[in-house]
Amino acid sequence: MEEKIRALRERMEERIGQISSKENLAAFWQDFLGKKGSIAELMKGLGAVSKEDRPAMGKVINDFKVQVEAQYKALSEKMEQMELAARNRQEAVDITLPAKKRELGSMHPLTLVKNEIINVFAGMGFAVFEGPEIEDDAHNFTRLNVPKDHPSRDMQDTFYLDSEYLLRTQTSGGQIRVMDSQKPPIKVLVPGRVFRSDSDATHSPMFHQMEGLVVDKGITLCDLQGMLDKFVQQLFDASVRTRLRPSYFPFTEPSVEVDVSCFECAGKGCSLCKHTGWIEVLGGGVVHPKVLENCGIDSREYSGIAFGIGIERITMLKYGINNIGLLFENDLRFLKQF
Amino acid sequence: MKVPYSWLKEYVDIDITAEELQEKLFSCGFEVEELIDLGAEISKVVVAEVKSCEKVEGTHLQICRVNCGEYGEDIQIVTGAPNVYVGMHTPAALDGATLPGGVKIAAKPLKGIPSNGMMCSGEELGLNEDLYPGAEVYGLLDLPKDTVPGTDIREITGLNDYIFDISVTANRPDCQSVLGIAREVAAVLGKELKMPATDYKTTDTTVPGLEIRVDAPDLCPRYLGHAVRNITVGESPRWMRRNLALCGLRSISNVVDITNYVLLEIGQPMHAFDMEQLQEMKIIVRRAHEGEKIQTLDEKEFTLTTENLVICDGNRPVALAGIMGGLNSEITEKTTQLLFEAAKFARDNVRRTSRALGQSSDSSARFEKGISEYITELGMARALHLIEELHCGEITASAFDCSAGAPREGKHFTASLKRINGILGIEVPAEEVLKILKRLNFDVKQDGDTLEVTAPRYREDIEVGEPDLAEEVIREYGYDHVIPTFLQRATVTSGGKTPAQQRKDRAIQVMCAQGYNEIYTLSFYAESDLDTLKIPADAPERNLLRIQNPISEKLSVMRPLLAPSLLNIVVENLKKGNNEGRLFEISNVYAPAGPGERPSEIPHLGFAAFGDAEDFFTVKGSVEALGEAFRLKFEVERAEDVSYLHPGIAAYILCEGERIGVFGKLANEVTGELKLHKDSKANHKIFLAEIDYDRMMSHAAAGIRYKPVSVFPAVVRDLALTVSEETECGSLMKEIIRACPHVTDVELFDIYRGEQIGEGKKSMAFKITFSPEDKAFTPEDVDRFIKKILGNLKFKLGAEIR
Repeated sequence: MEEKIRALRERMEERIGQISSKENLAAFWQDFLGKKGSIAELMKGLGAVSKEDRPAMGKVINDFKVQVEAQYKALSEKMEQMELAARNRQEAVDITLPAKKRELGSMHPLTLVKNEIINVFAGMGFAVFEGPEIEDDAHNFTRLNVPKDHPSRDMQDTFYLDSEYLLRTQTSGGQIRVMDSQKPPIKVLVPGRVFRSDSDATHSPMFHQMEGLVVDKGITLCDLQGMLDKFVQQLFDASVRTRLRPSYFPFTEPSVEVDVSCFECAGKGCSLCKHTGWIEVLGGGVVHPKVLENCGIDSREYSGIAFGIGIERITMLKYGINNIGLLFENDLRFLKQF
Repeated sequence: MKVPYSWLKEYVDIDITAEELQEKLFSCGFEVEELIDLGAEISKVVVAEVKSCEKVEGTHLQICRVNCGEYGEDIQIVTGAPNVYVGMHTPAALDGATLPGGVKIAAKPLKGIPSNGMMCSGEELGLNEDLYPGAEVYGLLDLPKDTVPGTDIREITGLNDYIFDISVTANRPDCQSVLGIAREVAAVLGKELKMPATDYKTTDTTVPGLEIRVDAPDLCPRYLGHAVRNITVGESPRWMRRNLALCGLRSISNVVDITNYVLLEIGQPMHAFDMEQLQEMKIIVRRAHEGEKIQTLDEKEFTLTTENLVICDGNRPVALAGIMGGLNSEITEKTTQLLFEAAKFARDNVRRTSRALGQSSDSSARFEKGISEYITELGMARALHLIEELHCGEITASAFDCSAGAPREGKHFTASLKRINGILGIEVPAEEVLKILKRLNFDVKQDGDTLEVTAPRYREDIEVGEPDLAEEVIREYGYDHVIPTFLQRATVTSGGKTPAQQRKDRAIQVMCAQGYNEIYTLSFYAESDLDTLKIPADAPERNLLRIQNPISEKLSVMRPLLAPSLLNIVVENLKKGNNEGRLFEISNVYAPAGPGERPSEIPHLGFAAFGDAEDFFTVKGSVEALGEAFRLKFEVERAEDVSYLHPGIAAYILCEGERIGVFGKLANEVTGELKLHKDSKANHKIFLAEIDYDRMMSHAAAGIRYKPVSVFPAVVRDLALTVSEETECGSLMKEIIRACPHVTDVELFDIYRGEQIGEGKKSMAFKITFSPEDKAFTPEDVDRFIKKILGNLKFKLGAEIR
C-alpha cells in the first residue's frame, strides 16, 4: 500500500510539472481526485488492509489527498492569474494614442476680458446695461455735454447713417439711458461695440468699450481712484496701483487719465511700459453736473464718477497681443489659444 | 504742438532742467509726447582755431594745424574744404566724435596723411541758415573770432536746446502757442510771466476809402484789420529766424515772418493782404456764392459753396477764411502797403470747410480748436509791435474792429470752497485754492466759503461753477494728494448680469462645448459681399442700412446677415491652411426703418463648420444641442430657397412652429466662386447656420420645474419598417409618437436598401422607448402599442413591417 502511495506521489509530481493548460489541469484532477481517480482507488483498496492498520493507512491516504488538492488549488490559481495577465496583456492599449473627444471651442479673448471686468465690478454692486449700437445725436453727444462744434463730432470720427442716427462712438450714451430710467443710487457698467472712422495699425473702425457709472450722494474723485485701484488689482496683480493725471472729456470734470503701475516690471521700467513704469489703461472723472441735470438728477444733491475702459487695450495688455488686427482676423490658430 | 525750451525761457525764468520741466508739465495736464534734444547726436565737436594751412600738391586737400584748447593746442586735421583759412574759427569733430545721422568720426589718414578728426560745415551739424548764420555756406562753418577754442560747439550754435512736443487737450486751445504754454509753466513753477511787448505807435495817416465789413457775424464773431504803409520787405532778425526755425518754419521775409511768429508765439493766426491788390479798397467777410472760385497761396483752385466763408475785396474772394490766403493778394517783395487781419472764425465752420475742400494749414488747425477774442486782440497788437520793432513799416491810424458783440471780460461767477473740496474728496486749504487760482490768472476774492471768481479772458473753456475750478486746483495742487477711498459713502447695490445676459453667456458656452470658436467680425461689409452669397436683388436683406461716410466701399453697409462675415472668416482660415474648424458669433444685424425712425438691431447667432469631418448632420447636431441647452425642441423644414445654401442640403429651424433660423451646406455655385483651391476636399465642405437669437430665446422657458421620474422601467422595442424611398424619416417618427402616448423616444438605428426590399424602397429600423407612468407595462400592453403604431403607419405612410 505504502509502496503504491509513493509511486502515485512520484507520478503526481511528474504530472504537475507537465501541466501547461487548463485542459491538462482538468485531466490531472480527473486522474487523481476524480471519482474514478487514483486516490479514490486507493481508498477502495483500504478494505484489503488489516483492521488495526486501517486508520493509520486511511490517514496517510487522506494526507496525500489534501496535499494533492492543495497542489491542484495552487496551480489552478496560478493558471487563472496567468490567463488574466495574458488577457490583460492582449487588451492593453497604447495610452498615447490620440483621445477621442469633441474638441472644445474657445471664447474670444475680448469676451473673456469683458466678462472678467464685469465680474470684478459685479462684486462691487454694478449692474450691466447694454444700450443700442445705433444712437441719436442727443445720446451720443448733446446730452453728454459735447458741444455742437466739438472736434469729436467731426465727420472724420463719426459714422453717420442719416441726419438723425449714427453709430455710437462711445458707450457713454448708456449713462444717459440708465439715468433716464433709474434714480440714484446707480452703479452700472455699459459694455458694447463702438465705431469710429479710424483704421490703421493701431485702430480698428469697430472696437469695444466698457463704461462705468456711479451716481449717489457724496461720491468724489477719491472714490474713483479707490474703486479703480481695486479693479486693476483684481485684473492685473494685487501689487499694482493707479495714478491719476489731468485729461479732458466733455462729460466729466475734472477728467483724468488713469495709469496703472507696470505689472511686468513692478514700475522699474520695461518695454511694456516704455520705460516709464506706468501704463495708460483708461479714462474717467467726476460726472459733469450738466450731464446729471440733462437726466433730471439734481447735481446739488447727487454726484457721480464715470470711467471708460477700452476692452481691446486691456485684452492686448493682458495677453501680450501686440497688434489689434489679430483680434478681428479670427485665425483659428489664434482663437484656439484662449 | 512744438515749443522750444529757449523760447519759453523768454517769458519765464525756468531754473529746472528740460527733463524736470517735462515732469512738471505732465503733472498739470500737458503730456510731452517727445522731448527732442537738438544736440543729442553731437558729441566731441569743439571750436577749433586754424593755426596753419598747407596745400597738398595734386589734391584739393589742405593739412591744417588747429588749436582746440583743452583738447589739444596743436592738432593736425586734413580738410578738403575750399574756404579754410589761417585764423578761421570752425567746428572740429575730434577723434571719437559723433554727428547727426549716426556719423562717427575717427582719427585716420586721408590719402596717407594723418588726420585727427574732421572740420565741419553747418549742414553736417544739422544746422540751416535760419538756425545759425553761414550754416548753408559751401564749406566749413565760419564761426566768430571771439569763440574760445575747445568750447562745445552745441553751446556756440544754440544746439544745447530742447523742443517740447506737447499734446494739448481739446479744452485748452489757449495753449496752442508758446505763450500759452509759458503761462502754464509760470503757474506750475510759481514764477512770474513776462509778457511779450505789444505796444506800438500809430501815425496820423489813414488809408482813404478803406472799408471792412462782416456780413456773416455768425461765422466771424470778431474781425480786426489794421493798415500798415511804407513797407520795406527784407530779412528778419536772427532771433526771429531762429525761433521760427526751431518750430520747423523757414524764414520768408520780415512781413510774412511776423504773421508766422505771432501764430506760434501768441496762437493767433494772422494774415497780411497786399493792400494795393484789394479792389475797391474793401474787405467783406461773407459766405461764398455757390460755385465761386478761389486760388489759394499754394496755387490750388477751389470751387466754393455757401457753407464756406471767404474774405473778399470789392469784387472777389481774396482769402479762404481761417484756412489760407488767396494768391491774388499775396505779399510779395514789391508790397508797400499791407492790411493785417486778426480774426476769430467759428471753429466748426473752419473745420467743415477744411475737410470738405481737403485744404488745411497751421491757421485752420488753430481755428478748429478755437481762438479767444483776447488772443485775437493780443495777436494784432503783437504783430504791429513787431512791425515797429523791425522798423519795416508805418502803422497807420486805419484800424477796424468788427465785433458780433461778445463780452470783453472773463467769465464772472461765485463758487463754494466746500463744493470744490466735495468734488475732489479731499480738503485743499482755502489759501492753497486762492494761491493756485491766482497763479492761473483767475481774479479771486474770498468771503468765507464763497469765492468771487473772474476767469482770464483766454480761458473760454471755464464754465460757471465748481467743477472747472476743482480741476484747476487739483492739477496744480497735485493728483498725488488724492487719497483713494473705496466708494466710502455709496449705497450698497446689487450687481451682476441680468437673466437675459446670463442666457447669452450660456449660449456662448454651449457653442464652445460643441467645438465652436467664438469670432468677432466687423458690423459692416461691402454690398458685394451679398452678391457673393447670391442674395437676390429683391430679397429683404437688400434693403440696406448704409453708412453715409464709410471709410471705404468695403465697409459701407451695416450687415443684414452674419453669413457673409462668417464665410469670409472661413475662407481666410482655409487660405491659411486651417483645413477644418468651427466658428460662431452672436452679434447684431441691421435693417433700416422708416424716415426718422430708429433703424433695427437684431441679434443673430451665426455659426460655420468646415472640413472633412463635417456634414449636414454634424451641424444639425449642433443646432439641436443648442436647442437642448435651453430645453427647446427644434424641428426642421426643407429650405430650398436660401440663395447661398444647397437646395437639397439645407433646412429651416422651427421652434414651436416658428421659423427661427436656417442651416445647411454652402451652395455649389457659391463654393465654386470662392477664391480657393478647387481640388481641396475641405474647401467643398462648408456649412453655415444663422439663427434669430431673440426669436429663439422667446421660446425658452424661464425656469426649470422638476417632473417626477417613473418608478416603473421603460420598455424598448425595435421595429424595422419597409417604406417607399420618398418617405422621410421625420414623418415616420412623428407618426410613431402620434400613434401612442406612451412613446417617449424614437431613435433611428439603421437604414437598409437591397434586393430583398425591392427597388424604390428602403427599410428603416427604429428603437422605440415606451415609458409607463403609474403601472408597469406587460408584454401584451407593448404588443398592443406596436399594433396600433403599425396600423397607423400603414394607413398614413404605407409602411410595412419588415
